Amino acid sequence: MLNTREVDLVVIGGGPAGMAAAAAAAGAGVEKIVLLERQEKLGGILPQCIHNGFGLRFFKEELTGPEYAHRFILELKKYPQIQVKTGTMVMKITAGRQVVTAGAAEGLVCYQARAVIFAMGCRERPRGAINIPGTRPAGIYTAGSLQYLMNIEGFIPGREAVILGSGDVGLIMARRLTLEGIRVKAVLELMPFSSGLNRNVVQCLEDFNIPLYLSHTVTAIHGQKRIERVSVAPVDADLRPVVEKEFDLSCDTLVLSVGLIPENELSLQAGVELDPATGGPVVDSFYQTTVDGIFACGNVVHVHDLVDDVSTESIVAGRAAAAYLRGEIGRNRWFPVKAGRNIRSVVPQRIVAGQATPLYIRACFPERNALLCIGNRQSRRRVVSPGETIYYTVKPEDTATTGGFFTVSLEGGEADD
Amino acid sequence: MSIPEVDVLVIGGGVVGAALLRELSRYELALLLVEKEADVSFGTSKANSGIVHSGLHDRPGTLKAHLSVRGCRLFPELAAELGFLYKQNGAVVVARSSEEMAGLEKLLENGRANGVKGLSLINREELRRLEPNLAPDLAGGLLAPSGGIVVPFDLVFALTENAVANGAKLMVGTEVLGIKEEKDGFLVRTNRRPLRAKVIVNAAGLHGGEVAAMIGDHSIQIYARKGEEYIFDRKLEGLVQRTIFPLPSKVSKGILVIPTVDGNIMIGPTAHRVEDYDLSTSPAGWNEVYSEARKLVPALQAKDLITAFSGLRAVGPTGDFIIAPSAVSPRFINAAGIESPGLTAAPAIAEYIVELIKESGLRLRRKRDFNPFRPVVRLRELNPRGQADLMQKDPAYGQIVCRCEMVSAGEIRDAVRRGATTLDGVKLRTRSGMGRCQGGFCTPRLIRLLSAELGLPPEEISKNGPGSELLFGRLRGGREEKTKEEKEDA
Amino acid sequence: MTELTCILCPLGCRIRVEREEDGLKITGYDCPRGLAYAREEMTAPKRILTAVVKVAGGESGESMLPVKTKTAIPKEKIFPAMEEIKAITVFPPVKIGQVIKENLAGTGVPLVATAPLPDDDYRS
Repeated sequence: MLNTREVDLVVIGGGPAGMAAAAAAAGAGVEKIVLLERQEKLGGILPQCIHNGFGLRFFKEELTGPEYAHRFILELKKYPQIQVKTGTMVMKITAGRQVVTAGAAEGLVCYQARAVIFAMGCRERPRGAINIPGTRPAGIYTAGSLQYLMNIEGFIPGREAVILGSGDVGLIMARRLTLEGIRVKAVLELMPFSSGLNRNVVQCLEDFNIPLYLSHTVTAIHGQKRIERVSVAPVDADLRPVVEKEFDLSCDTLVLSVGLIPENELSLQAGVELDPATGGPVVDSFYQTTVDGIFACGNVVHVHDLVDDVSTESIVAGRAAAAYLRGEIGRNRWFPVKAGRNIRSVVPQRIVAGQATPLYIRACFPERNALLCIGNRQSRRRVVSPGETIYYTVKPEDTATTGGFFTVSLEGGEADD
Repeated sequence: MSIPEVDVLVIGGGVVGAALLRELSRYELALLLVEKEADVSFGTSKANSGIVHSGLHDRPGTLKAHLSVRGCRLFPELAAELGFLYKQNGAVVVARSSEEMAGLEKLLENGRANGVKGLSLINREELRRLEPNLAPDLAGGLLAPSGGIVVPFDLVFALTENAVANGAKLMVGTEVLGIKEEKDGFLVRTNRRPLRAKVIVNAAGLHGGEVAAMIGDHSIQIYARKGEEYIFDRKLEGLVQRTIFPLPSKVSKGILVIPTVDGNIMIGPTAHRVEDYDLSTSPAGWNEVYSEARKLVPALQAKDLITAFSGLRAVGPTGDFIIAPSAVSPRFINAAGIESPGLTAAPAIAEYIVELIKESGLRLRRKRDFNPFRPVVRLRELNPRGQADLMQKDPAYGQIVCRCEMVSAGEIRDAVRRGATTLDGVKLRTRSGMGRCQGGFCTPRLIRLLSAELGLPPEEISKNGPGSELLFGRLRGGREEKTKEEKEDA
Repeated sequence: MTELTCILCPLGCRIRVEREEDGLKITGYDCPRGLAYAREEMTAPKRILTAVVKVAGGESGESMLPVKTKTAIPKEKIFPAMEEIKAITVFPPVKIGQVIKENLAGTGVPLVATAPLPDDDYRS
């Protein structure tokens, strides 16, 4: 078989999560760390996110994606014990933390790690997954791949675009296309509300008078070789298109921003339990998964609104992996979180007894003046929306009074006007 | 300028043309295949269900029955020679009720009359044991162990690549516009250059009627019957082992549940006559396919869908294949109306046409140095040792481009050298971009690799031929204005 | 009357602004930052502009360098600024934060690089 390299920690993914986790683990004293990145460069999605709006929570200043990545690259360089392997793809992983990688530089390599951190991020939902009828012409891009083609490679995709989905990447691309002289005819959103940040709706659409059609979807794609137009229709309360009200928009480019899916093929290989609500691993307050010594952080766990939160949570994971390697984290007593009214997901899913635990909570639908109830605690929320994370930190003493599990719910809210 | 002359011109690079080209490349002949699309298999064959039928469905005495049973028998050896993706997974036709069991018995008789080996009727319990994820209310099944599955475009690529390696010529993007019969052959006008051929085989699929009409043969009327298919994520691999058929209707074999060689589950196809050649999928098609497939395998869920496509079958007037010299000219051989089970029959159709060519008077002499094998590297099929060796020999095989399907830059490069000139050509040869992310990550890289290997600017790289270019120009640079003008001109 | 959505926090207050003889009447905000935001949006809206510029000899590899205006520029200057940005070609090496162009579109604000070039630090 292959030669095996023994290391303390393998971090899979060199985006914001992996960089922060690796640096935090090194800072906490872990000696042999390998950081694996499948692209040629570190930074994950950040180098192509040339827009500003990053860093306000973490660095208390506003940065662009490349600048945010650069901060962490400088941080990584402080630690010679971190070996960075770019252009390196994980081919296989086992529950016993054996990691097989492939890369042009070293060929096939097998690592035996004492701990592993998953930081693989997420991928975009493609057209097929939402089953848009019609033809299969050129000119259909997911927002992220278009962002890469424009910002990294410097290409123009077309002249007239329609964007399906009002997720943040879609909104950002609406502005980006407009600035480069490509006409964005419409942004269509299936839901009655945008799934992107408020700030992006204002600064990316309203600033440029780009129409946002809420409760609308693409019902058909037309054009044999290159896309020529799309059929669009409003949807009813059950999200079914109202075909009588269908209309056409001509375009040579269709941009899809219809959701992000945590990239968990390796998690499944390793036997990690996934949470159907997030699509990512079930983790505890230390971001340890259900497999001993395998941690996870960033968008592989749940899709974040802000990279700042990815960094914060990844530092927790990196330090926890270090503590695990020192034998300080074993099997801890924990309480499961149960999602109640208007709660789509909560991360972490397991709160370790006596451990302060910041929760990332996502609502199912928007409402105002709801009471956020967590265990025995309550706090009023002026406004909640699926597009914006709800933050709440469980205090160590809270776990002493809980009755076996934590219920998280939003109670008594009013419909959003 | 002299007009190049070949012994046999094959019109159409679908599975029939490709199989024939490969069969003919065993002989000392000047061979040319012309395909109007940017690549072989880009027409009907690309969208085939990929089933190697046992031959039990067809009416005894027809060419369909004879050639599909023979074709099915040829597949294992052909796959061993050419290394295309093939698996003899077996098929089972299921009965939903005890009344349908009678239909299975008739089908069994039919299959036996066609000479299909190994057929057996199985009861409900046996069916459950073999395929535990089938609907519990099914009454029983007809098992056909000789049935198989194949990746249809991979089969076409394998056949043409091997034919080319044995001296045959291939011209893609070449459309036949007119044919004139001469004293001992034909003068053929194309969109590129004129050609002369002693014998022509019309394997033009949907366009078979038009091509025959070029020599004044108006006997071939072809219409299109559309089929929509839907593909599910590979995480469902193993849901069914065999290809699951319902009891067939008069027009088609019904909506099937197909475990593809690549490990996906595919459901379909619909079968509806269409007047235009539109390749769209429709909500009605999805509803039909999904509801029918769930009657067979209730565990299928829409959320696991990754992509859909449709294709057009070339349906002839007689209900059977039309494979014969034209009444107008004995040196013009039609292979028309090759609908299902055309893919299965293709290797046998090729043998059959070779006999017709011999009868036409052309002398065939076997080559001594015919090489039946085709080399192909597929990283994901190797064991770790094999992968490590390959990467050591050539680091390009260590550079993974498609992360969903584990395809390396080395395989992409090989695909271009094997003949791919478009994104779809690379995708179909390597699976890059066919996984769950559907090219979201690898498309920009594929454009770069294609551009480098073909020596073309990235703006000229297309999805599947002229008119389907992926990029309009550069953000900062000269081409932008040019494309704008070009657009206005058009 | 103009209605604005405040972008400073997830509350997304809907702020109403009416022009009156003695200035602006602003209601519906929840904090002083919201008031200041509405006033600026109504009188002198500003945005940070981000884009990419061409890299000399960058046909393969790094063909684009990301840039931003060092501070926010008046909203109406966004398209004139883009025109200037489209004409720029940079020559490596470039440091992160380095000024690429002073006084972009007459705003007095410089355009700066948001990544180093070459970006070897990003690779192993």
